[in-house]
Amino acid sequence: MANNARLERVSRFINTLNQARELGLTVTEASEGHLTLCLPYSERIIGNPDTGVIHGGAITTLMDTASGSVMICAFDDFELCPTLDLRVDYMRPAEPNQPVYARAEPYRVTRNIIFTRCEAFQGSGDVIAQCVGTFMRIGREATPKSFRDLIAGDAE
Amino acid sequence: MSTPDILRYTRETGDFSRMIASIPYAGFIGLQCDRFGDDLIFRLPPKNQNIGNPILPAIHGGVIGGFMELSAAIYLMMSQETLRMPKIIDFSLDYLRAGLDRETFAECHLTRQGNRVANVMINAWQKSRSQPIATARAHFLLAD
Repeated sequence: MANNARLERVSRFINTLNQARELGLTVTEASEGHLTLCLPYSERIIGNPDTGVIHGGAITTLMDTASGSVMICAFDDFELCPTLDLRVDYMRPAEPNQPVYARAEPYRVTRNIIFTRCEAFQGSGDVIAQCVGTFMRIGREATPKSFRDLIAGDAE
Repeated sequence: MSTPDILRYTRETGDFSRMIASIPYAGFIGLQCDRFGDDLIFRLPPKNQNIGNPILPAIHGGVIGGFMELSAAIYLMMSQETLRMPKIIDFSLDYLRAGLDRETFAECHLTRQGNRVANVMINAWQKSRSQPIATARAHFLLAD
């Protein structure tokens, strides 16, 4: 699968998630082993009104979405993988008025479990948060064929 | 109203509306809070924009995380001397069941409070408290 096909598949998937649309998440880069998503800055997701810093929850959603979608890049067939757990370390507050990026990779894939790690950073390159996660493989049959076809795209 | 004023008002009245209105992310996901005696129960009413699994449908895991994280921060502010938002250090979250598209609740426990760091446990459930959908643990930095 070419990287632009991966990017389109992940974009289609993310567009089916209401919360991801609400946050305005977009795909900036997709390859076999990596996926980068972008969270634009918005006053609606501020967590600390005194500083304008966005809430950690929006970063958690960004990193959960990136980590939970990176398998679309790795597998030929779409599998929806529910999150088992996430551990997020917040290294520094996100700079207001700037987007946050999350780059995820699956560092170990077994028959049942996918282990992921993900870094959230901003334009300066400074890491603002790090996340490790585990995702359950429930099999592609757990997802209706119509939904899998939607993600794969009609042309493929 | 400044943050300390809002906090004082909330502590005195048990009315969380001003505090919630002052935190945009709380309104973004729809977080609510009620006080029963000394206990706080946080609520997340069903909201279409919070869905993250279109098939079930179920609430986005990140929204459940954000809801629990913000609940823990508000809980700490209410139980603390400090009049500002505590800084989160880390957050560890186990998903136990799918969070279906219905009202979700959360309660917090202060496991340990030191001089600089607090450890908070958070449990989230939907239909029954005995069937949690997620549990989490967070560390907050209290000092600068």
